[in-house]
Amino acid sequence: MIKSGTWVEIHKIILSPAERASHLPDDTKPVPLEMWLKGTLLKATEIGETAEIRTVTGRIETGTLVGVNPHYTHSFGQDIPELRLIRDKVKKALWGEKND
Amino acid sequence: MTDRYSYESIIKRKAEIMRQSTGIDYSKYEKGLFSFDYEGFMNEYSIPLDLVKQIQAEHGVGQTPLKELKNITALVRKIAKPGNGARIFLKDEACNDSGSFKARRASLACFLAKALGFKGVITATSGNYGAAVASQAAKYGLKCIVVQECFDSRGIGQPEIIEKARACEAYGAEVVQLSVGPELFYVFLRLIEETGYYNASLYSPFAVNGIETLGMEIVEDCLRLTQRVPDVVVVTNAGGGNLTGTVRGIKKATDQKVQIVASSVNLAGLHMASDHDFNRKSFTTGHTGFGIPFTTYPDRSDVPRSAARPLRYMDRYVTVNQGEVFFMTETLSVLEGLERGPAGNTALTAAFSIAQELPEDEIIVVQESEYTGAGKHHQAQLSFARENGIDIFFGNPREEIPGTNIILPDKLTDIVAQDLDLRKIRTSLIRNYLKGYSKITNADLNFLKEETNTSLDEVKDILRELKIEWEDANG
Repeated sequence: MIKSGTWVEIHKIILSPAERASHLPDDTKPVPLEMWLKGTLLKATEIGETAEIRTVTGRIETGTLVGVNPHYTHSFGQDIPELRLIRDKVKKALWGEKND
Repeated sequence: MTDRYSYESIIKRKAEIMRQSTGIDYSKYEKGLFSFDYEGFMNEYSIPLDLVKQIQAEHGVGQTPLKELKNITALVRKIAKPGNGARIFLKDEACNDSGSFKARRASLACFLAKALGFKGVITATSGNYGAAVASQAAKYGLKCIVVQECFDSRGIGQPEIIEKARACEAYGAEVVQLSVGPELFYVFLRLIEETGYYNASLYSPFAVNGIETLGMEIVEDCLRLTQRVPDVVVVTNAGGGNLTGTVRGIKKATDQKVQIVASSVNLAGLHMASDHDFNRKSFTTGHTGFGIPFTTYPDRSDVPRSAARPLRYMDRYVTVNQGEVFFMTETLSVLEGLERGPAGNTALTAAFSIAQELPEDEIIVVQESEYTGAGKHHQAQLSFARENGIDIFFGNPREEIPGTNIILPDKLTDIVAQDLDLRKIRTSLIRNYLKGYSKITNADLNFLKEETNTSLDEVKDILRELKIEWEDANG
C-alpha cells in the first residue's frame, strides 16, 4: 500500500479508440489517447488501483497508480563510434594531418 | 445527450475558450471570405520594442552574444571555390534563461498573464517552449501547465521530449504527458476551461512580438562587430513564429535588404500523427513535418489566427537532412568548443552550405542555438535511433530515408542545403485557403498576395491554374 502524501505517477485513458478524432493515421486509430501525470497521492492506494492525486498546480486528478517517486532515466545514450570519426574528419580537414 | 466534455463538445467551444484565455477577439479582423487584417491585428496586440527589451532584460532574456564561428568559416573556405566562404556568425540563443530563443516568446506571455491578473499560464508544446514558459512563469510567481505529446502506444518516450518535461518540472511546472495524436488540442482546451489560465500560445501576436528583439539584436550586433548589416540570415523553421518575429525585428532595425533563408530538417514521408513514426524521427522540432504544413497553412495552430506567417517573410526555403545536422552539431562542438542541441543547429547546417555560395566579405548569421543535455544531445538521439532500428552510416546524405536511416555525410562537400520550390509552396498555401470557393473577393486576392510574399501577377497566375475567379478591384 502506498502511503498518502507520496509523490506518484498516474496513468489514464483520455479517449478510447472510438472517441478519438476522425482523420487519424491507421496505426493511431486503434490505440487510445493516454495520459501520464505526477502529483501527491491523496489517499493510501495500491499500485494498479485507481488513485487520486494533487498536481503541483493544485488540480485534483484520478487515474491508475503506476509509479512511486518517479525519476528520470533519459541519458546521453550509448557510445556512437561515428561521432569520433566526425571529430577526426573535421579536425583533419581544418588543422591538417599535423594535428594527429 | 452529448457529454459537455466529449471531444466534439470541447472542440465546438473552441472560439469561446480561446477568447477568454487570450483576451483577443479574433473575429474583429476577419475580412473577405477567408482573409484577415494581419497588420492591423499585429499592431493592436503588440508592445513597443523598447518596452519588450526592458521586460526581457529584467527576466533573463535577450542580449545574447553574437559569436563569429571562425573555425567553421575556415572549414567552409577549405572546400568553397577561391574567394567564396562568407563569415558565419551564430546568435547564441542558448544563453537565454531556459536555454533557447523560446524564452523571448514566453516572456511577454507571462508578463501579460501577470498584468491581466491570471493565476497561471498554460501551453501545449513538446519543445523548448515549455521550459521557456515554465522558467518565465517561475519568475512571476505564476502557476504553469505544459501539455506534451510524449509517448507512443508502447509507452516509449522520445528522449528529447522527456528531457524537456524534466526541465519544465525543474522550473516548477505541471507537465501533462500524452500519447501521440492531434487530440492533444482537446486536452489543452479542457485544461484551459478547467483552470482559467492564460493561454501562452506560441502563435499569439505577443509570442511573435517577443522574438522581434532577436531580429533587431542581430542587426545591431552585426553592425557593432563588422560595421555591416548581415547579407543573409538563416532561420530554423517549424511553426513559423521564429522566422516571422525575427524578420519583423530585422525590418524594424534596418531598411537594407537582408536575404532570409528558412531551413528545416527533412522528415519527408513521416506522418506527424502516426503512433509508429513518432519515435522514428530524431528531431522533434525544426523539421518539415511542422515547417511545410505551417508555412502553407499557418492557421492550423492552437489559436483562431496565427501571428506566425513565415511565407510572408522568407526569400528562400531549404532543407537539410538529419545526418547532416548531427554532423554539424559534432563539428560545432569540436571546432568551436560550443556544445549545443541538434535541432537548433538546423540553420547552422544550411549556413555551412550557403556560405560556400557567397563571397568571403559577406556575412551570414545563424539566428539561434539551443541548450543540449541528456536526451536532447545528438549522441542520445543517435543512440535512440539505433535502438529503434534506424541504420546510421556514412554515405551520401541525399539518399537518407527519414525513419529508415540516418546518413552522415562522408565528405564535407556532401553537405548541401536543398532548395524547395517557393512557387509550389505558394500554390499550396493558396489552395489551402481556397477550399470550397470558386470565386474570391478583392480583399482575399490582396491577402493571398501578402501571404505568399509575391506579385499580384503570380497570385493571379496560380488562381488561373486552380481555375478560381476573382473579383476585380475596378469592378
